[in-house]
Amino acid sequence: MQRVETGLRTETITVNMGPQHPSTHGVFRMIVTLDGETIVDLEPVMGYLHRCQEKIGERNTYLQNIPYTDRLDYICSMSNNMAYVMAVEKLAQIEVPERAEYIRIIMVELTRIVNHAVAIGALLNDLGCFFTPMLYALEERERILDLFEMASGSRMMCNYMRFGGVRYDLPPGFMPELKSVVAALPAFIDEFERLLTENEIVLARCQNVGVLPPDMAIAYSCTGPLLRASGVNYDIRKVDSYSIYDRFDFDVVTETNCDVYDRYLVRIGEMRQSVRILEQALEQIPEGEVSVKLPRVFKPPEGDVYHRIESPKGELGFYLVSDGGTNPYRYKIRSPTFINLTVLPELCKGHKVADVVAILGSIDIVLGEVDR
Amino acid sequence: MSREIYERLVEALPEASFEYLEEKDPAISVKTDDLFEVARYLKEDQGFDYLSAVTGVDYPDRFEVVYHLYSMKKGTRPLTLKVSASKEEPEVPSVTPIWPGANFQEREVYDLMGIRFVGHPDLKRILLWEGYKGHPLRKDFPLEGYQAIGQEEPS
Repeated sequence: MQRVETGLRTETITVNMGPQHPSTHGVFRMIVTLDGETIVDLEPVMGYLHRCQEKIGERNTYLQNIPYTDRLDYICSMSNNMAYVMAVEKLAQIEVPERAEYIRIIMVELTRIVNHAVAIGALLNDLGCFFTPMLYALEERERILDLFEMASGSRMMCNYMRFGGVRYDLPPGFMPELKSVVAALPAFIDEFERLLTENEIVLARCQNVGVLPPDMAIAYSCTGPLLRASGVNYDIRKVDSYSIYDRFDFDVVTETNCDVYDRYLVRIGEMRQSVRILEQALEQIPEGEVSVKLPRVFKPPEGDVYHRIESPKGELGFYLVSDGGTNPYRYKIRSPTFINLTVLPELCKGHKVADVVAILGSIDIVLGEVDR
Repeated sequence: MSREIYERLVEALPEASFEYLEEKDPAISVKTDDLFEVARYLKEDQGFDYLSAVTGVDYPDRFEVVYHLYSMKKGTRPLTLKVSASKEEPEVPSVTPIWPGANFQEREVYDLMGIRFVGHPDLKRILLWEGYKGHPLRKDFPLEGYQAIGQEEPS
């Protein structure tokens, strides 16, 4: 950095951003070392919301853990459910009826749209455009949460999926409402884009901020939109296809400028791809059973499995060790945002304090999942 | 795929010893002393450039650290590596110099499971606070903790 020689003595200062700070999306602290307004060093401090979910998971039976997964990333409870039940299904080799697979895909893709809309709304909040864009995002989210309520009885903590299927079949009236929501989504995304994509303030604040080169993204184990905005074409739905994703025609969205703005673009693109998947799922969904009968006392065989899915925030994985009993012997959550935060100090160095807020917003953290 | 990698490992690093575990997810078991060399070989010669997850498991007779690796270029399925550590003084070489993404995960395993990662640049607690007593994910940790709430030493 170029310094003007004035003869004045200068020194760096260390300040706390958080734990109670409007931009941290929860209780999250960053110890920032500053040279004037420029970041010299940054250290994330977390754990304020730590509940030791992994220990709780060992105490619970397999079934009791499903509602706990809702409380990881409380914006995407459906995809957390899916990652966990699929891990247990892999462990116990349970087949899932076809209709249940379609219902799961519909729920998870709706969750992806909700998550990305909220993430973009929160990013704009962080940039100082307080709550107007967020309200546009929440408007569409309300209709989707209504659908979740119809299916599961709950708007956010859905607790909907079970080993070998889902808890209830879709109620009457769900499909017509879903069709109308899906039909309205493209217009919603267009409106979002019209307001934001070429917005001068968004461009000025987001372009060339928080640049993450592809090799660094891979080295630091980044996942999800963060990785794809750095030009790495890696989506678990394509590379290690699970459930019935191989039946749908959709593209992996990547961008090449690796900055905050590209992460925004990737999220917009992924919302459009999710709409494509939803349209196809609506056409293909068959009639039939939605769950399989399992013994009342559920004991998977001994062994260990790791299962990962492409959750809206990145790779969500569960590593389960079973000793043949009713409870997991080890229940590990590979949380995407906790690991994405590893790269935060490298992204922020050399930027201004106000940019830290934008960079953190573009990583899209939820503290329930970071701290577990 | 794991089988192939295992055969290549045996060929490339003759002085190290490996074991192939045929399970639901096939895994390769490595000796603690060889881990660093094996990790470097896997990254540089076999293209496993991405470390996804680091997990500690407390078995009755040993601690185990499990690594899940992918290759971004080849888009392969996960490769599982396992190393064991002793119950008395669990120590495992850190792979953070090879995959920087291991940094927070190794700190988490140290924090909750009490396994020391030798060579880690800044090994300290991450989710719990400095001064907390014990490692909660160990099987012998009492559910109510070693200290009453409010009596912990301040950080």
